[in-house]
Amino acid sequence: MLKFILQRVLSMILVVLIVASATFFMMRLLPSGPFAREKKLPPEIIKNLEARYHLDDPLWKQYVDYMKNLLRGDLGPSFKYKNRTVNNIINDGFPVSAALGAVAVFLAIVIGIPLGIWGALRQNGWQDNLVMFIALLGVSVPNFIMAVLLMLIFALGLHIVPAAGWGTFKQIILPAFTLAGYPIAFLARLVRSSMLEVLRQEYITTARAKGLSERLVIFRHALRNILIPVVTVLGPLIAAVFTGSFVVEKIFAIPGLGRYYVTSINDRDYTTILGVTIFYSALLVLMNFFVDLTYAWLDPRIRYVERKVS
Amino acid sequence: MRKALSLVLIAVFLVSLLGGLTVVPSVKAVAQEVTYNLGTEPAAIDPAITTGIPEANIELQVFDGLTRIDNNNMPQPAIAKSWTISKDRKTYLFTLRDAYWTNGTPVTAYDFEYAWKRALSPEVASEYAYQLYYVYGGEAFNTSIKVGSKYYVQAVDAKGNPLTKKEGDKDVPVPDMKKEIDPSKNIGVKALDAKTLKVYLQSPTVYFLNLTAFPTLMPVCKAVVSTNDKWADDINTYVTDGPFKLIEWSHNEKLVFVKNPTYWDKDKVKLSKITYYMVEDESTALSMFQSGQLDAAANVPTSELPKLVASGEAQIFPYLGTYYYRFNVTKKPFNDVRVRKALLLAINRAGITQSITQGGEVPALAFVPYGIADAIPGSDFRKASQETFYKDNDIAAAQALLAQAGYPGGKGFPAFSILYNTSNRHKAIAEAIQQMWKKNLGITCTLKSEEWGVYLDDESRLNYNVARAGWIGDYMDPNTFLDMFVTGGGNNQTGWSNKSYDALIAKAKATTDPKARMATLHAAEKILMTDMPILPIYYYTNPVLLSKSIKNFYQSTLGFVDWKNAYMG
Repeated sequence: MLKFILQRVLSMILVVLIVASATFFMMRLLPSGPFAREKKLPPEIIKNLEARYHLDDPLWKQYVDYMKNLLRGDLGPSFKYKNRTVNNIINDGFPVSAALGAVAVFLAIVIGIPLGIWGALRQNGWQDNLVMFIALLGVSVPNFIMAVLLMLIFALGLHIVPAAGWGTFKQIILPAFTLAGYPIAFLARLVRSSMLEVLRQEYITTARAKGLSERLVIFRHALRNILIPVVTVLGPLIAAVFTGSFVVEKIFAIPGLGRYYVTSINDRDYTTILGVTIFYSALLVLMNFFVDLTYAWLDPRIRYVERKVS
Repeated sequence: MRKALSLVLIAVFLVSLLGGLTVVPSVKAVAQEVTYNLGTEPAAIDPAITTGIPEANIELQVFDGLTRIDNNNMPQPAIAKSWTISKDRKTYLFTLRDAYWTNGTPVTAYDFEYAWKRALSPEVASEYAYQLYYVYGGEAFNTSIKVGSKYYVQAVDAKGNPLTKKEGDKDVPVPDMKKEIDPSKNIGVKALDAKTLKVYLQSPTVYFLNLTAFPTLMPVCKAVVSTNDKWADDINTYVTDGPFKLIEWSHNEKLVFVKNPTYWDKDKVKLSKITYYMVEDESTALSMFQSGQLDAAANVPTSELPKLVASGEAQIFPYLGTYYYRFNVTKKPFNDVRVRKALLLAINRAGITQSITQGGEVPALAFVPYGIADAIPGSDFRKASQETFYKDNDIAAAQALLAQAGYPGGKGFPAFSILYNTSNRHKAIAEAIQQMWKKNLGITCTLKSEEWGVYLDDESRLNYNVARAGWIGDYMDPNTFLDMFVTGGGNNQTGWSNKSYDALIAKAKATTDPKARMATLHAAEKILMTDMPILPIYYYTNPVLLSKSIKNFYQSTLGFVDWKNAYMG
């Protein structure tokens, strides 16, 4: 097990380094640069700026310097936000996005999973149709429509919550539901189909034949087995939701990290593009790693032992 | 004991009742607090290095320069209580008043000298350093090369081209070690004593007192900034001298200002608190405005604008800017002035402003917009000489010109495209113009939408046929619109070059007499409007969401908001 963990950690670092390198060079292929403006800067001022940010060094040297700093955990200064470093930007934005994301994931789990179970247990009944309808809506309604609808109804219509902004509990509700819409629907569908599959398994028939109550059959025998696919999708889902959504953060004016995935590219803010990409990929591989560890705990058949080749 | 207590209680009760009765129910004073949507996170708040309007709208609340622009767009004494100007209009002698920084120390002429030299120094790499190129030696210092702690002019070869040398894989400029620039001697700004600042200009600049109210020229507290280059990262070291003081900066969320008790003119400041939100989505800002979370907002969704203006919730302010198209005059058929003129005449600008932009924009029948004073006080550059250079929607003339150019009825006109950066507004305008050219001239063109950076790149490399552009003035003088089209100018980007135009712009720069100078600029604009490397469409306006309880709101034609004199009523 220890060896497995070590191997995984090494490969994770490698993946992040590859992502960082690929992003570094691909980003520099983009036309234009961080100091392009509608009002063109005089060439001598661009020269001063490039000297200040070491963009006048040859590309290979910039790459080596960046990688050296990266290994020390230094993501460099932002080119756009001149008084801030990329570490600063992530430190400020990530807790906000993660707090919102945590609420959204919580909603997805407590709403999506029971919905899926309920639908599966009443397969083809009206309950099942309702669940599938909700799931279809959740998957197909884009989040910017959902956001605006929720804002119109609950903020401008009913005046229950503020329209947008950040800082109070009430301000989390609308964006959290918007962000949770897709995961709720996705989880409900996933749970429903795996529940249906599990319910057809022989060990469920056995459990029922033993005379166990239906509740025990579902909660002790079926539930644990449907968790495997759920955990598989939860890993990347958490990584995606915790690092913020551009659309939701923009519409609800939330000071999170999600915005930077888009704005940094428009601004050609090289260090920020790299910083958020590396941060997101690191979180993603880390979550996948946790997912793998959870498998072993959930399903005794999965054990990470060294395969002996005889 | 109990009796005594009850007596005391009764007494307290009576007194409070009496007190309650004597207080005449008065009109509750309106809280002097305002919330405003800035629309974006500022790139920085150090006045020397920022260039944007949102940044300026922070700096202008917390800083006070030598002058400050009043509600009539005229510069008024601020930290400078008076000044004298030499006869050749190149030397300014400012006398400073008693004013204090938020840390309690006095604002001195040394702070100004330090601030301006700092903004000009190559290592600070200020993007707006050119706002200080008017100061003698400013440009030379900004473009100099630092070796050790000294600055040198870049060496040139026999032909006058700047010299560089290879250092590893890097091209580095070669300093001319015989030509040192000493910032303490070679730049035209000097504190004669704590209260007197002497400024020597490169050439007479009639709008210099407007510039001294501009963020780049704001003073900074020398004692703080010279010892801490991260002073503007932290509100605790962000020492300022303006009407308000920044007390909170939550990135991407809000900035909070309170009235500055050490401000020299604090009696005029009525607002006690200003909160700036950074809501990027215009529709969200509108929802927040309608639900009472915002009192004012910098951006208004175009689709809602007519309704909001009608209901009085939005106001349209003038804006010193022109929306126009560039022609790539290095490419056929746009190298032919008759073709350019035909395309220019064949569009219906009034139709565009009335049904697409809908913000009270004025169709542009020249390039320099309304709102800049001409030589005589109270006059307008636009109206002073020739107000318009062509008629809007002059289809007959357009068709005739196109036929003269060899494309009667649009026959044989090569395929081309209109380039714009991705935006619904630019797209709608380009589609309308595409239709007008098709209908009026029989010319077919395609639309090309590009991401911002790609668009900027293509425009500067002249990799386009016709491209959308916009220009907002940097200062209130026609020169900010005209000097961009000189040969090879970084903002020209049309490939157009005209020697007499270049000569007129150069002459205007050196002319002291305001009347003669304006006449020269009028002549320059006439050349531009005869050759038509550009196609003006409309003059911008600046709509603002504004609660009716905000009084004395001021937004300059440059888009700068100043809350100094505003109040809630």
